[in-house]
Amino acid sequence: MRTITYLQAINEALDEALAQDERVFLLGEDIGIYGGGFGATHGLQEKYGQQRVRDTPISESAITGAAVGAAMTGMRPVMELQFSDFITVAMDQLVNQAAKIHYMYSGKAKVPLVMRTASGSGTGAAAQHSQSLENWMAHIPGLKVIQPTNAYDAKGLLHAAIKDNNPVMFYEHKLLYSTTGNVPEEPYTLPIGVADIKRLGKDVTIVATGIMVNKALEAAEIVKTKGISVEVIDPRTLVPLDKETILTSVEKTKRVIVATEAVKNSGFSAEITSIIAESKISMDLKAPIVRLGGAFVPMPAQKILESKATPQLDSLVEALDQVMGEIEV
Amino acid sequence: MNKRVNKIQQTKLIDGIEALKKMWEIRIFEEMIQELFSAGELYGTMHLCIGQEATAVGGAGILRQNDWIVSTHRNHGHCIAKGTDIRSMFAEMLGKKTGTNEGKGGSMHIADLDVGNLGSNGIVGAGFPIAAGAALSAQMQGTDQVVLCYAGDGATNEGSFHEALNLASIWQLPVIYLIENNQYGMSSSIKQMVNIDKLSNRAMSYGIEGITIDGNNLTEVSQTVSNAVEKARNGGGPTLIEALTYRHKGHSKSDKLLYRSDDECQQWKENNDPIFRLESELMKEGTLLEADIREIEKTIRQELADIVDSVKLDSEPTIEDLWTHVYAEDEV
Ligand SMILES: Cc1ncc(C[n+]2csc(CCOP(=O)(O)OP(=O)(O)O)c2C)c(N)n1
Repeated sequence: MRTITYLQAINEALDEALAQDERVFLLGEDIGIYGGGFGATHGLQEKYGQQRVRDTPISESAITGAAVGAAMTGMRPVMELQFSDFITVAMDQLVNQAAKIHYMYSGKAKVPLVMRTASGSGTGAAAQHSQSLENWMAHIPGLKVIQPTNAYDAKGLLHAAIKDNNPVMFYEHKLLYSTTGNVPEEPYTLPIGVADIKRLGKDVTIVATGIMVNKALEAAEIVKTKGISVEVIDPRTLVPLDKETILTSVEKTKRVIVATEAVKNSGFSAEITSIIAESKISMDLKAPIVRLGGAFVPMPAQKILESKATPQLDSLVEALDQVMGEIEV
Repeated sequence: MNKRVNKIQQTKLIDGIEALKKMWEIRIFEEMIQELFSAGELYGTMHLCIGQEATAVGGAGILRQNDWIVSTHRNHGHCIAKGTDIRSMFAEMLGKKTGTNEGKGGSMHIADLDVGNLGSNGIVGAGFPIAAGAALSAQMQGTDQVVLCYAGDGATNEGSFHEALNLASIWQLPVIYLIENNQYGMSSSIKQMVNIDKLSNRAMSYGIEGITIDGNNLTEVSQTVSNAVEKARNGGGPTLIEALTYRHKGHSKSDKLLYRSDDECQQWKENNDPIFRLESELMKEGTLLEADIREIEKTIRQELADIVDSVKLDSEPTIEDLWTHVYAEDEV
């Protein structure tokens, strides 16, 4: 299998989806000749024309609302929200309209739209361009929330998102765009709502979301030399969430670390730890659950401060030592 | 409100030489920022306003210190023109504790309330209602401050533009909306993103005066802004000014400039550069000789280079600083 970047994987999925289904079209700011904020739509307007790869004015609310209207009436829009932070500008259309319509209209209408968006920190663009707000979206009934962490997942999950009959939030981490992975050349879909065991282990489970998956895998390699065997679970989709896979892993390892880049307070890690705490497994845990997440501060611009605002490799290694410290290995 | 008319004549516009110096300061500041960025010494992002110096200086530069500006992501010119300390701006961009925002804001969020700079914004269109709010505050507190709100052409397609203009109009707020129409929002030509010739026509829907001007002509900018300021100060309400201009550089660092022709770009650079236009005016009227101007430019270059050298020695924020300013302290 060939190796391509996460960015190319997304571009390829969009390309294939446009080719496969006439109802699919793309809309967003600068997605045409510019190729999108981060290059994900590069070359697609040339190939499919300005009707199907549609540049819009800077009007997030209108873009989202237009996607809702088009989706309700037979199209399958894939919109790009340049930075996930700008969701705040589109909030009514997404939260009060897109997420509610199918339910409120007792199933008479559906809203099959995908909102692709770049999230996360690590570029020095400060508090209005570096947030991880996917938690918020996971709190809204009616939305599906996907966070692919490698190129293979990105392509398969994007295909699935486009085929899904619901509004789907598709979070792409900016720092993952340049990462590479093995990706099949042909189109394929991965199931929404199925977690992926990114690494098998027996001593401790790290449930990580987004870019933290990659850091967890690195940390697992580091502590391997100390004889600690780490299992890394990537939920891949926050909504629907595959509780089974998480609980099965924790039942085996009996130690848990949950890691998100998003701010820890009131965050998605609380959801995951609660699910574990509410299950019978919690009685058998060998160590208290450790939760790593973003500091409760707006993201600073300055490089050192920025890196300290989210969990890094060393925090994961420390956390692994901490949960293992409770017993003899 | 009929005292308005005489007041207009009293406005003291910016001195030509001072204006030229400011414009060169802005341009050289940005050239240096770009160099630092290319050299890998600057982390983060930046949006250069090279080619748009006349709207900065002719706008923010003619305000009183206690008047406010609200700026955008393309903010360096506005900030410098309003009197924000250049050293602190360099420091902010280089991630130093001595920066305007102590390293927390970076390029896009430079603020300096002491000189009336209410801050720059990373969210396109977010400034429109904030400016209205600041103007409301001036009105309610009975001060004669005015607010100058900068925004790009693309920003006028955000809902916030329309909502804020309506508010400013019904409350007759002392706010001037200055749209720097540099023809593009990232890659999108304004001609393709709106179906009207003049963005200033949009003012009509809200009962506001709308004017389109040559944004690269310093005198025209400062005169128009100054009239609008006097009107606002005297209770005459908001004005929408559309200033036609051009950004010489790409939108930001990742821009490959595929969406506009070299020819178009060259035209603006050669025939319509606001600095060169002001220079030739000053030379024509005999205020300055070519040699004086080159001396001015050289001096500023040296000054700014010295500043950068010294800023590099400043210390960075400490990890404790990550946790400060999340919430404001109670007043004592
Ligand atoms: C709400 C929001 N949408 C999109 C962006 C991304 N973005 C940043 S600048 C920009 C273009 C702005 O164009 P314009 O308002 O004309 O200002 P200019 O850059 O030309 O000065 C875009 C789309 C953003 N920062 N905020």
